[in-house]
Amino acid sequence: MRKRILPGFGLSLGYTMICLGFIVLLPLAALAWKASGVGIMGLLQLLDAPRARAALMLSFGGAFAAALINTVAGFLVAWVLVRYRFPGRRVLDALVDLPFALPTAVAGIALTALYAPNGWLGQPLFDHGIRVAYTRLGVGVAMVFVGFPFVVRTVQPVLAALDREIEEAAESLGARRWQSFLRVILPLMLPAILTGFALALARAVGEYGSVIFIAGNLPMQSEIAPLLIVQKLEEFDYAGASALGAVMLVFAFAILLVLALLQRWSRRWAELPA
Amino acid sequence: MTLEIRGLTRKFAGCNALEEVDLSIAPGEFLALLGPSGSGKTTLLRILAGLDFPDGGEIKANGRDLLSVSARDRKVGLVFQHYALFRHLTVAENVAFGLRVRRWRTRPGRAEISARVETLLERVQLAGLGSRYPAQLSGGQRQRVALARALAVEPDILLLDEPFGALDAKVRVSLRRWLRGLHEELGLTTIFVTHDQEEALELSDRIAVMNRGRMEQVDTPERVYHDAASPFVCEFIGSANRVNLSRGARGFAAAEWMPGPAPWGDEVDRAIAYVRPQHLALDVSSAAGQRGWLAQLRHIYLAGSVAHLELDVPALKQQLEADVASEDLPRLGLRAGMTLHVSPKRAIIFPASGSEPGAETRWVWNGERAAAVVPARGERVVNGIF
Amino acid sequence: MNATTIPLRQPRRSRRVLHLALILCAVGFMGLFLILPLATVFVEALRKGLPMYLDAIAQPGSLSAMRLTLWVAAVAVPLNIVFGIAAAWSMTHFRFPGKALLGALIDLPFSVSPVIAGLIYVLLFGAQGWFGPWLEAHGIRIIFTATALVLATMFITLPFIARELIPLMQAQGSDEEEAARVLGAGGWQMFFRVTLPKIRWALLYGVLLCNARAMGEFGAVSVVSGMIRGLTTTMPLEVEMRYNEYDHVGAFAVASLLAMLGLVTLGAKTFLEWRHRGELAAHAPGSH
Repeated sequence: MRKRILPGFGLSLGYTMICLGFIVLLPLAALAWKASGVGIMGLLQLLDAPRARAALMLSFGGAFAAALINTVAGFLVAWVLVRYRFPGRRVLDALVDLPFALPTAVAGIALTALYAPNGWLGQPLFDHGIRVAYTRLGVGVAMVFVGFPFVVRTVQPVLAALDREIEEAAESLGARRWQSFLRVILPLMLPAILTGFALALARAVGEYGSVIFIAGNLPMQSEIAPLLIVQKLEEFDYAGASALGAVMLVFAFAILLVLALLQRWSRRWAELPA
Repeated sequence: MTLEIRGLTRKFAGCNALEEVDLSIAPGEFLALLGPSGSGKTTLLRILAGLDFPDGGEIKANGRDLLSVSARDRKVGLVFQHYALFRHLTVAENVAFGLRVRRWRTRPGRAEISARVETLLERVQLAGLGSRYPAQLSGGQRQRVALARALAVEPDILLLDEPFGALDAKVRVSLRRWLRGLHEELGLTTIFVTHDQEEALELSDRIAVMNRGRMEQVDTPERVYHDAASPFVCEFIGSANRVNLSRGARGFAAAEWMPGPAPWGDEVDRAIAYVRPQHLALDVSSAAGQRGWLAQLRHIYLAGSVAHLELDVPALKQQLEADVASEDLPRLGLRAGMTLHVSPKRAIIFPASGSEPGAETRWVWNGERAAAVVPARGERVVNGIF
Repeated sequence: MNATTIPLRQPRRSRRVLHLALILCAVGFMGLFLILPLATVFVEALRKGLPMYLDAIAQPGSLSAMRLTLWVAAVAVPLNIVFGIAAAWSMTHFRFPGKALLGALIDLPFSVSPVIAGLIYVLLFGAQGWFGPWLEAHGIRIIFTATALVLATMFITLPFIARELIPLMQAQGSDEEEAARVLGAGGWQMFFRVTLPKIRWALLYGVLLCNARAMGEFGAVSVVSGMIRGLTTTMPLEVEMRYNEYDHVGAFAVASLLAMLGLVTLGAKTFLEWRHRGELAAHAPGSH
């Protein structure tokens, strides 16, 4: 092997591999092994059970809807934070990360208290016949909460780095404001927006702590997949838990792949290497 | 320190950054490694510093193998292109770094370190700035901090990677004269990498011109400029007009210009002549019997003391550039649009296909008087003066 | 007034109205979804007055939960610091086969559900797990002990510091380290005198985020904890237990402590971003 100039290659890579091996790879292998133990047919059967199907549908469907809402709201907030100057902007900017900083259990009970039929928001909504807490809607609200920072934080730096001259060029060429937004800004932002969407989606699919309090957790109704895994574990149904876990793990890998592809896609405008 | 580099080869992902490079450097010499980007000059410097390793070849320092010595123990002072100053340390701490990290047996005492730092800062004209941080200095000052830091470890050899590349033009000129003065004062073997020919010509004792990982010519600045050893050196150093010659009934010719009998046998039937702009003779008289090519003067670009003339030569189907002193313009009566005759006064001519054995020579043509054949790259001697 | 003076260009009225409307939308959304829940925590905690609040916090259950939370963080965070530095060093200063894969593996815990993080350790060390029978035979318990809490927390927080350091070290390059080597510095001298000072603020930033997550993690630890009060309940688990016991004030009181930790983290993070922007990594997409 060629001599390395800087020291510590073996030590640092070795430690990294050992940590990853013991903390990530070995346990994940245990999951894969357990899930494969039931066989493909068994796996499909477990997943096709009505309760499992309903839980997966809710987790993925709810996460998708929440990620969509977060994409729109997140882009709006990023836009406002980057483009406009107003009192309190810095505080607002800092608070974007609140869902990262607030433990999920805390967020969960707070959202529940807020949206319960006797809560600050739950009361007026209930009077109009809308129930949030202990329904699927509540699941969605919690998923919006946890996924919110992702779109803002991926779009914000790209938007800030966007050269204002590009818009001015578009307008000097005769484009209206909305045309320069739709034809120039949005396409340039698309990789960042999709990246934010994918991250928010991944987070919401796997979310547990903030959802279980507000969801009410009625099987077939408002029970999410991670909770069903916990339920199965408590019933010592390891195979069932592993099967659900494997599905969610495959989804996590798929998201990682999509993110890597998005990264490459966003570099297609990059300068060619010298 | 005497450095002997033999057959040095370094491959990067299939392409050769260095190919069989030979070079010897005498003690106290100031040598420039000159070449375009990607010519391998920085790779060579990094190998000398111990930051890269060759795939083949050897380097001897005073007869000892240098490659087996780690970068840490090589006693080499290296000034990085972007200086690589430690941004979290003050100027004085940067300079002292190399002394402070020594093994305690050889580490000087606190007082001695700070005394040496003081002396060095004075030498690089930064006395009083020791407590500043690198970010608080100008580009030229940072450069000198990097130099002081490299000198602090009392290196046997000083390496500089594009030392003036990041500076603006004015600072660059004054700093390089200062560096030359410092070199004369210290007498330290110094190698610097540059892509700026002016810098190399002005500063160094010898220039090693590199291209695509090979040494094209290693010579004094005068000889590199006036006696280029290869077509690449002709084109890279200064500017040169390139004229194609082909063998006719009466020897090589480019339209009306016939330089005379060529030093090569019949196997060479085409050649390329390089003529520097100042080596083109201009004749505006309309009298009969003028020599050279008929040309039309398209433009006069006045560049301070020199004027560049753009000439259209129909017989060659190309443009030539000629330089005259600005003050000669009225005397010669030059005007854009006029026709005149041009002929080379001096040229360096290479065979157009250099693959044949025996043709690896260049033909230094000095007007009508005499022409000397000089071996290219000093590999093969062809006898006779023509 | 001179007729040729160009008037200062004011945004048109309609545009200003649009700006204002967009700002109000953004503030409204964040108020509704982020700020209101935060306020709820403190309001609910103090609903029955300050004495009740302090009383709820001073209960032995919450005190032992606090101790355990600090202990878990005190073990997991330093291990993560070493991991983060080692991973970032090997990823940014060397080329080796499988580097892209290693990068993806480091990121993996970000996109895995916390419940999965708990589940895999149950499958590994639980009674029916790979090592379960062997551990049982030797009288070692991992699941339903603090060890399991540390393991699950480490899994969840593994990428935090590495993800902060990798882009920064990439941007800083190896020049300064090489300069230190040429000047005669040894490996550790180079690390402590050059590399560590270069990355200190980014490291602190990563530690803050890692610590906040380690102390606040709920899903992963709830799966492996077994909820033995006083032994394996961290603060977030204590919140859940009290909530399920209809001890509303108690749950929100403990939650308010965690919320304060979050706010302090947020404040420190914002301060670092403001004060040491140049020495933090530019936040690449997906860095959280």
